[in-house]
Amino acid sequence: MSIFIDSATTLVVQGITGRDGSFHAKQMMEYGTCVVAGVTPGKGGQKFENRVPIFDTVVRAVGETGANTSVIYVPPMFAADAIMEAADAGIKLIIAITEGVPVLDMTRVYPFVQERGARLIGPNCPGLITPGRSKVGIIPGRICTPGNVGVVSRSGTLTYEVVYQLTRAGLGQSTCVGIGGDPINGTNFIDCLAAFESDPRTDAVAMMGEIGGTDEQEAARFVRQRMKKPVIGFIAGQTAPPGRRMGHAGAIISGSSGTAAEKIAAFEQAGIGVAKRPKDFVELLRQRLA
Amino acid sequence: MNIHEFQAKDILRRAGVPIPPGRVAKTPDEAAAIARDFGGTVVVKAQVHAGGRGKAGGVKLAKSPDEAKAIATKILGLQIKGLTVQQVLVTPAADIASEAYVGIIVDRAAKRPVFMVSPAGGIDIEEVAAATPEKILKLPIDTRYGVLPFQATQLGFFLYEDVKKVRAAAKIMQQLYAAFMQSGCSLAEINPLVTTPNGDVVALDAKMVIDDNELERHPDIEALRDPAAEAPSEVQAREANLTFIKLDGNVGCCVNGAGLAMATMDLVKYYGGEPANFLDIGGSSNPEKVVNALRIITSDPNVKSILFNIFGGITRTDDVANGIVTATKQNPLKVPIVIRLTGTNEEIAVKILKENGFSAMTDMDDAVKRAVELAKGGKAA
Repeated sequence: MSIFIDSATTLVVQGITGRDGSFHAKQMMEYGTCVVAGVTPGKGGQKFENRVPIFDTVVRAVGETGANTSVIYVPPMFAADAIMEAADAGIKLIIAITEGVPVLDMTRVYPFVQERGARLIGPNCPGLITPGRSKVGIIPGRICTPGNVGVVSRSGTLTYEVVYQLTRAGLGQSTCVGIGGDPINGTNFIDCLAAFESDPRTDAVAMMGEIGGTDEQEAARFVRQRMKKPVIGFIAGQTAPPGRRMGHAGAIISGSSGTAAEKIAAFEQAGIGVAKRPKDFVELLRQRLA
Repeated sequence: MNIHEFQAKDILRRAGVPIPPGRVAKTPDEAAAIARDFGGTVVVKAQVHAGGRGKAGGVKLAKSPDEAKAIATKILGLQIKGLTVQQVLVTPAADIASEAYVGIIVDRAAKRPVFMVSPAGGIDIEEVAAATPEKILKLPIDTRYGVLPFQATQLGFFLYEDVKKVRAAAKIMQQLYAAFMQSGCSLAEINPLVTTPNGDVVALDAKMVIDDNELERHPDIEALRDPAAEAPSEVQAREANLTFIKLDGNVGCCVNGAGLAMATMDLVKYYGGEPANFLDIGGSSNPEKVVNALRIITSDPNVKSILFNIFGGITRTDDVANGIVTATKQNPLKVPIVIRLTGTNEEIAVKILKENGFSAMTDMDDAVKRAVELAKGGKAA
């Protein structure tokens, strides 16, 4: 078991002929992900890498191949439409990698996706990987190894850093999920924590948050009330000045809300082990798993 | 992106919001001439991207053109939160019977734009929210339908009792919302929205923050950008497609990815140092980006050591290594550099660096510790 993706994942890649889409489609196929279709309007009928059929629309791709998951690599101005196209075609898990999607677009996308019973991960996220089985997105496969630690994060490269340190220390992962750094995203920490709690393959969770918003505080409340499995948490941006957007559109401290101190205090109250440095995850996870 | 008050007012005026006239002056003489044209008492207002202008002495009444000139002399050149005032807005003073607050902000929890209105206007809305939350009405808007007439009326009735004023306010709510959506805002605010003694409802101040991700779609708004109102290093970084924020420390940081960049700054602090900046070179790197990044970091005289922390996923570490070599050939470094890189093409990157006299580290903590020591005057390895 694992969360969200596994060997049964059949993937359609939206934007498969683009620069990023084609590069990562190849990477995912090499990792062993079951890529069944690609979509690029106007290129229907062609084949990607002489193997994967390309369709003009998602609805045709789903009709012909039965894809159950979609990953989106289209430019930011078209990403909202691509997400809604996937949801409308009956895809139940949509991963949007695209960075730079206008937040007002997301205010329309979110209810649209919800009404169709689909789960959106992202946008502006690295995707997810269930080591040894399936990878959807851009997380480098070689830094991961199968195991029993669930990883969830708002960041990309910080996730790689932590996962790499876990792997080197012999702590494998059940699934790693990057939920993305935007203010409005499809899947939050609680969604992932709940999934890890009920996943028999996961024994502990590593959670990487950052400044901005109150997602981490709500996650802490969830951990205290609903979770039996140990959780270790980290907050990036302890040295960030207020009122400035720290790269991620969502990483901004407004007034006194969204600070690292506030989030760390919420973690401590909920019994979440607080990693002061990324490397502290290793020791804290070992203690809790012992 | 921030825009100035006078620019936000232009947008809202075009949307139909009643706003008194106003003109911008860059010199005291221009301010005096505008005051003379308007006649009577005017307000002279600093145009900077900072809140708390009034408290900082950036907003003053002037009863005559001479006084307007004297006030403009004081305000032009004034420093407000580190930004220099380069222009003032001169506008006729209004008679005020009451002040209210109207704002729209994208709320991450509601995943929608949310109206916030309060009859307690004219002051910091966060103070109102903390002290008297019952004086604020929050109303989330479904962007698929927009603000519906009954919602606009509901907002109006929270501010006023007189139905004429309620209708006027409701109309302003719809106009503000239309401008918010059309300009791709993450925030739009009228504070204060005032009533005059003869019953008119008028916007006396306006603030708009544009979602940077919308700018590609709105070249007209992008054209409103005032580079003179931003820190020069941040303008340079934006033009080079880098995300850069200047801080007060002395360890210059160059990192790929926002989360890792923040974590790197935090680690600098953890080991007793102070970061000089936040700098994210982004995902798909090319050597040119690194060259620009190094130029921006080294232009800060406070920087005593430079730290590269690169985790190659999409970013190829050999691109970064090539960038470092090119940049330092063009402009030899005057401060020590610590390079940590791991991931995609790491072996090639290490080889490039070695051939050019640099050493590379693989552990993030070791690299940060070293950069902090060097910034404190420790000897280079």
